[in-house]
Amino acid sequence: MPVCDLAVSSVRELNQALHRLSPDTNETAWEIDNPQGKHAIGVGINVPVEIDIKGHVGYYCAGMNKHASVRIHGNAGTGVAENMMSGTVHVMGDASQSAGATGCGGLLIIDGDASARCGISMKGIDILVKGSIGSMSAFMAQAGNLVVLGNAGEALGDSIYEATIFVRGQVKSLGADCIEKPMTDEDRERLAGLLGRAGLDDAKVDDFRMYGSARELYHFHVDNAASY
Amino acid sequence: MSANSPRTTPRVSATFDPYTISEIQRAAATGIYDIRGGGSKRRLPHFDDLLFLGASMSRYPLEGYREKCGTNVVLGSRFAKKPIELKIPVTIAGMSFGSLSGAAKEALGRGATLAGTSTTTGDGGMTEEERGHSQTLIYQYLPSRYGMNPDDLRRADAIEIVIGQGAKPGGGGMLLGQKISERVGKMRTLPAGIDQRSASRHPDWTGPDDLEIKIEELREITDWEKPIYVKIGASRPYYDTALAVKAGADVIVIDGMQGGTAATQEVFIEHVGIPTLAAIRPAVEALQELGMHRKVQLIVSGGIRNGADIAKALALGADAVAIGTAALIALGDNSPTLEKEYEALGTHAGAYDDWHEGRDPAGITTQDPELARRLDPMLAGRRLANYLSVLTLETQTIARACGKSHIHNLEPEDLVALTVEAAAIARVPLVGTDWIPGQRY
Ligand SMILES: Cc1cc2nc3c(=O)[nH]c(=O)nc-3n(C[C@H](O)[C@H](O)[C@H](O)COP(=O)(O)O)c2cc1C
Repeated sequence: MPVCDLAVSSVRELNQALHRLSPDTNETAWEIDNPQGKHAIGVGINVPVEIDIKGHVGYYCAGMNKHASVRIHGNAGTGVAENMMSGTVHVMGDASQSAGATGCGGLLIIDGDASARCGISMKGIDILVKGSIGSMSAFMAQAGNLVVLGNAGEALGDSIYEATIFVRGQVKSLGADCIEKPMTDEDRERLAGLLGRAGLDDAKVDDFRMYGSARELYHFHVDNAASY
Repeated sequence: MSANSPRTTPRVSATFDPYTISEIQRAAATGIYDIRGGGSKRRLPHFDDLLFLGASMSRYPLEGYREKCGTNVVLGSRFAKKPIELKIPVTIAGMSFGSLSGAAKEALGRGATLAGTSTTTGDGGMTEEERGHSQTLIYQYLPSRYGMNPDDLRRADAIEIVIGQGAKPGGGGMLLGQKISERVGKMRTLPAGIDQRSASRHPDWTGPDDLEIKIEELREITDWEKPIYVKIGASRPYYDTALAVKAGADVIVIDGMQGGTAATQEVFIEHVGIPTLAAIRPAVEALQELGMHRKVQLIVSGGIRNGADIAKALALGADAVAIGTAALIALGDNSPTLEKEYEALGTHAGAYDDWHEGRDPAGITTQDPELARRLDPMLAGRRLANYLSVLTLETQTIARACGKSHIHNLEPEDLVALTVEAAAIARVPLVGTDWIPGQRY
């Protein structure tokens, strides 16, 4: 198993080594030691490898990830898994702001809490937060699912498009054009599937409430002026 | 007073002029602000207010057709392993697929490639049309991140982080429902037909310290190969330039308020941001103070129309310019041959700016397949290449007249100003005097 010690090697060397891997590499399991909160660890990976990062990471860890499965044994800074395309990123601690921002695919699991703007402008990613999320989360969220087992902060789903939010705890307030919606069987199935992928088979789908777009801001209209 | 006594001529108010009155009437009828394309339309201090002195007793000109006057530009030599090399100092600015048709993007790529320069994506992702037809393609990284993905990042030749646009510094994007076709909607992950407003702030960084980390991430993803541009809407050019340099930019793009937009509120276009001319000296000063002039390159845009504008921008310290509106006009926008159709839309050739409505008779700012088919990308690309060639020849003509063997040797000393305000703004003497307003001796 390749081991990269970031106390010795640079982030540049690590990323270059990961980018050089071919899709059929047999170096499929990597360990990264001493991340020391460094930024841009494991960004732009394009192959199906498994990576264990043994500690805390800085900004944009696993940014734009494609195919890889990344486990962070610690906390993550701003923009973890930003713009992820596919694969899985699992933060075993807490995540800072803008977790999963603009993500297009794949699954982001956060065992702890996530700060403000979790899932901002998400475009198809699934995000599952076992703790709570901060304010302005899922702002302008376009597609994908944000599942929160704890509480959500102010202005959840402001100006949301077609993404779906599931919250088990309390929602401090909803943002413009975000409303609670009744869950269909299809929604329940999707939620159960996501909970299952995060190993939360015991969580009950019916304990969650679902939120999405009222679609009232989809067209400019004089009576919506206060919301623009 | 008898009916026959003389009357005064009806007098139009300078304050409540006909345009202003029509806008009040329009607002009262609709309840929503006016949205349009294009840049600021009012008269502003601009390059026309400057003149070149040319050669004389103490300065030697170059022979017009015999002596070489270089026009090549290298962009991104600060950190990128693969800097951009252009034959001419004019690039095509970012204009989104969505605001423009696929054929228009293809035509821009074809024209730019023929002329040896780059073109730029926009707020809507990279299309095959433009990647396929652009030898050098700059990929914009915008707040909306529509269509952003690592594969396109890797097949781009440079990355342009957009902080703002001259037409709307501090504003996000806008694309009205008429132009969100199935294809445009899919590329942006949005339902077709909605009025889309894109974000004005980046979702995962705030401020220059974060930007530095963001730039590092983009460099890491692309293995430090691609130049990273930072595009700023002109408002505080001195500080914005200094901060962008500190954050690690290879190239700074400054876009003044005359710069075009596809769709923005009229009030925003005309009242937020500063003119292009006013942005150049402060940006160059910031670069010089940091010892980065010509190391971090400066691209200037907003109202560039001819070789004289380009020569003046370069003389004030820019490395290259970018064009948007002029490139669309070269493709065929606002052509007098379409006058009847413009009239049917309530406007005229030369004044058409409803680019947001998607009914462009020239087939450029539309997603309507019928209209888009009117633009032949090969012919339009050829027209753009011709125009770019004229711009370059004109720039060289001026540079030779000033005795320069490369267009980058033009300097502020070659210029004088026609107006006191231009003299103060461009920091060159008022014509016929040695007076630069505001300069201390
Ligand atoms: C139709 C159109 C679409 C535009 N789209 C974008 C865009 O997506 N992103 C961007 O940064 N600037 C955009 N711009 C601004 C141009 O990149 C550029 O800053 C401006 O056009 C330069 O000024 P000029 O039009 O006077 O040449 C757009 C401009 C036009 C005319």
